[in-house]
Amino acid sequence: MPETKLRVEHLTAYYGGKPAISDISLDFPDRKVTAIIGPSGCGKSTLVRCLNRLHETGPFTNVEGQVLLDNEDIYQLDPVRIRRRIGMVFQKPNPFVTMSIYENVSAAMRFNGRHSREETDRAVTRSLQQSALWEEVKDRVDSPATSLSGGQQQRLCIARALAANPEVLLMDEPCSALDPIATAKIEELVRQLKENYTVIIVTHNMQQAARVADYTAFLYIGKLVEFGPTEQLFERPQDKLTESYITGRFG
Amino acid sequence: MKFDHFARRKLKSHVVTVLAGLTVVAVLYPLIDIIYTAFVHGGAVLFQLMFLTSRNPTPCSAISCATVGIAPDIEGTVAMVGIAALISVPIGVLAAIFASEYRTRGIGRVVSFTADVLSGVPSILMGAFIYGYLVLVNPSLIETAYTGGVALAAIMIPIVTRTTEEALRTVPNSTREAAIALGISKWKMTLRIVLTSALPGVVTGVLLGVMRAAGEAAPLIVTVGFSNLPINSVSTLNGPAGSLPVLIYLFAQSPYSNWLSLAWGAVLFLLIAVLIVNVLSRYMIHRLSAKMAGAG
Repeated sequence: MPETKLRVEHLTAYYGGKPAISDISLDFPDRKVTAIIGPSGCGKSTLVRCLNRLHETGPFTNVEGQVLLDNEDIYQLDPVRIRRRIGMVFQKPNPFVTMSIYENVSAAMRFNGRHSREETDRAVTRSLQQSALWEEVKDRVDSPATSLSGGQQQRLCIARALAANPEVLLMDEPCSALDPIATAKIEELVRQLKENYTVIIVTHNMQQAARVADYTAFLYIGKLVEFGPTEQLFERPQDKLTESYITGRFG
Repeated sequence: MKFDHFARRKLKSHVVTVLAGLTVVAVLYPLIDIIYTAFVHGGAVLFQLMFLTSRNPTPCSAISCATVGIAPDIEGTVAMVGIAALISVPIGVLAAIFASEYRTRGIGRVVSFTADVLSGVPSILMGAFIYGYLVLVNPSLIETAYTGGVALAAIMIPIVTRTTEEALRTVPNSTREAAIALGISKWKMTLRIVLTSALPGVVTGVLLGVMRAAGEAAPLIVTVGFSNLPINSVSTLNGPAGSLPVLIYLFAQSPYSNWLSLAWGAVLFLLIAVLIVNVLSRYMIHRLSAKMAGAG
């Protein structure tokens, strides 16, 4: 097992007084793709939303346990700073509708401190290239973000997250609103991103996990059932529950 | 039997359609009648030379009497509504942000409830309270445009607060989460992303408030009274001021024929001004929303 980037220890997160995930401990390896799978409502989204302290911004929420980023508990640090190191892409593309493509990608840089125009331009270009959107938008970065298609908007959101220069990228079912072609592009992207980033991807699609992830965690009713290298989890699951889920007997 | 049932349904449908049509007439008729009457009585006055640039005339009932203008009243209304906007827009918008973006804390709900109750307070009462707060504390503030402006602000604040709050609520939560996840601080997110997304609604609220304030007579009668003096510099704000609604209120009940025509002219002017602001704002909001939706 490679070095750990993000370590979750005894994490329990409440939503309206009830635990949505309970006592989860898990090590996310550095510069690898880790998929989190499980049936709807098993707490996949809640888990990733605890990793950038987004869960606590909702009403009636509470988090117990530790999340260590490079051995530092993020719950002891300033959440705003943590979110600059741990980026996130959401289920539905959510570009800032009042902004252009350029303004969307440069949002983190423009709002979070001073950067020169050249520096920002470079970061925007780099991020759009990384998210494989550059060729499609390089001539119209000043047009509204809403003029893009759904798949393009999602890649724009990935570029926006990457431009903040995070160490970890959380992706919460990033393809669930996209067609198969756009999905294939995002998956290809995820495979490339792990060279520089630790990627954690939530998916309800087991084939997707098998295609993109180095490691996979299986969650069921708020509990971690099994975690291991993707190949092992899908071919030689250690737990009966995992086996029946991946063979399609429930979920 | 079956045919009967169908015929009855058809009849019902016709009755309801006619009733719905009548309600449309009921809504449209007063507006058309008001505009028509104002034109009949005020049209000739409004297009008179100097109507917009001269002072109010001395009372006179002979045919030869001059009607001349409503300049001080336009100046007074513009000045006092301006003061009201300067006070009420920042307060109303900030209160709305508090009510909408900090809703999980109970006090946010208190703010929107208070705004609701305040918007139901009769404007004459609002004027009386502002009179109490300002004039009774500092008697030199009696009959100044400042006091009138504050009274109008008190009327605008709940309107701006409620409409802005509604506009902020229409901004989807996914937009806020996108900003939070980028590590953008809450106040920057609120002011520069959420508020910007809600801008068309905020502008609507401000204009609704402006139009309401421009037509209010009661709070001004209580606080500023009326004057024929020009409001043409900052120092004149510290003195009495006229306004269009109060001019209409006072002159319409006078026995002098030239004052009556002047009041009709003022009615027409106020109507047209409000209509223009309304149409312009709708156009602007349409443009803003279209730009955001990317429809171009």
